[in-house]
Amino acid sequence: MIEACDLRKSYGSTVALAGVSFRIERGEIVGLLGPNGAGKTTTMKILTGYLLPDGGTARVAGHDVIAEPLEVQARIGYLPENAPLYPDMLAGEYLGFMARMRGLDPGGADADRLLRAARECGISEVLGRPIGQLSKGYRQRVGLAGTILHDPEILILDEPTSGLDPNQIVEVRELIRRMGRDKTVILSTHILPEVEATCGRAVIVIDGHVRADGALDELTRGQVQVVTCGAPDAEAGRAALADLVDGATIEAAPAGDGLWTFRFAVTDRDGALAERIAARIHDRGWSLRELRRDDRTLEQVFRELTETAFAAGEGAR
Amino acid sequence: MSRVRAVMTRELGEYFHSPIAYAFLLVFAGAAMFTFFNVGGFFARGIADLRGLFEAAPVLMVLLVPALTMRLWAEEEKQGTIEVLLTLPAREHELVLGKFLASWILLAAGLALTLPLVVTVAWLGDLDPGPVIGGYLAALLLGGAYLAIGQFVSATTENQILAFILALVVCLALYGVGTETFAGLFPDRTAAVLRRLGTGSRFASIARGVVDLADLAYYASLMVFFLVASVFALRAKRMPE
Repeated sequence: MIEACDLRKSYGSTVALAGVSFRIERGEIVGLLGPNGAGKTTTMKILTGYLLPDGGTARVAGHDVIAEPLEVQARIGYLPENAPLYPDMLAGEYLGFMARMRGLDPGGADADRLLRAARECGISEVLGRPIGQLSKGYRQRVGLAGTILHDPEILILDEPTSGLDPNQIVEVRELIRRMGRDKTVILSTHILPEVEATCGRAVIVIDGHVRADGALDELTRGQVQVVTCGAPDAEAGRAALADLVDGATIEAAPAGDGLWTFRFAVTDRDGALAERIAARIHDRGWSLRELRRDDRTLEQVFRELTETAFAAGEGAR
Repeated sequence: MSRVRAVMTRELGEYFHSPIAYAFLLVFAGAAMFTFFNVGGFFARGIADLRGLFEAAPVLMVLLVPALTMRLWAEEEKQGTIEVLLTLPAREHELVLGKFLASWILLAAGLALTLPLVVTVAWLGDLDPGPVIGGYLAALLLGGAYLAIGQFVSATTENQILAFILALVVCLALYGVGTETFAGLFPDRTAAVLRRLGTGSRFASIARGVVDLADLAYYASLMVFFLVASVFALRAKRMPE
């Protein structure tokens, strides 16, 4: 279990986290999602006890990260961004070192743990090679193997697939999903399909705030209504649709041929809405070219949230 | 303790993966031999002792020890591996101690390479073992103090060259304050204090065969002080400004 409560952190005058809270239950795979510089890495560094927050608390695996970092660290596996490793060590030496630092005996009783982790991560055949000579994909997986040696309850992975080629990405995702069966996993990424492919839930962090938190199908629930019609201008179209959209913002864009396209979010699956829109447009005597519903992708949710945050920031200035 | 050993073993491996260890041992042993015969004037004095070796040791170590310590933390910081180390369930002092012991073992190996001198001198004349043992002990402790200083400096930067230069400057300053050239500039009372602070002036009497417990204690306390400072430098990394 991971519980972050009102985490705050600033670097000088830059606010990295402005009160981040979330809760991750045992056995969940959660994606910490956000644009670069949103505070994902800072959050993870705090959860692992590497950084002290300026304010707020976090409990990981039942222990406070500030008061009992060693208890937390004994129960987690953490892969920092870019999987930092010692290039001069052999891959096998590195795993041996990580095992010894975890109080395991890689030369004796726990030798099979090491080999199992290597097998699971698909690095058995490179254990005798210097890490510096391995490809990025192998290095990432050596780093990953180093985090699961002690069979931790919780895995914290910072951008585990960044810099990998598409095949390697698929492999690492598969690995994460497999490990997620009996572990709690939190992974950060700015790649949306990553979350859709591996996670059951996403926590979206933008500018140090949690902007959304929920199951993926919940976050992407609802649809977008698209109406392309012959309204004389954007204002007239908005006015015509105003009482039908249930308070949603109507985006307008010219669609060529003197037509306008209007988009707005609809939350329920009200089938009759399309008919009401068609009737309204007919009443005004406008032509109607297109009336359709789009599913919202996580990409859209993400973009909407980023834009809202950006607009709020602009407004404050 | 097993974690201290794991860090120490890894560090030693790191030393021998690169040319640093070999270069250090070669230069240290070579320079020690050279100063013993040429600068120390062993044959000219006609006395069976190791004065030439021990007189040179403080300066020799000032110059060579920073090369052993510069990468200890600076490289971890640069590679990002420091984040892996500091999120393992290990206390900072275990990491500091492991790295310190690895560098100390290498320094001891360098001193061990001068042992053929002892054998030779003992064979040539009547060598008093007391000052020799005391001299080596003092050299180990003084070297340990320099290593601790070097590790502390390395923990404050991610630039190895900077770590080297800073360690050199600090060690040299500690050596320099006790030299006649510097201490002689001050009135007698101050000069006496400076000589007690200088790492080299204390060593002069050790080289002559007078090993005072106070000298050993001084070196040991320098060592402990900077090892503790290294632990605090690591803790400070959890709280960047």
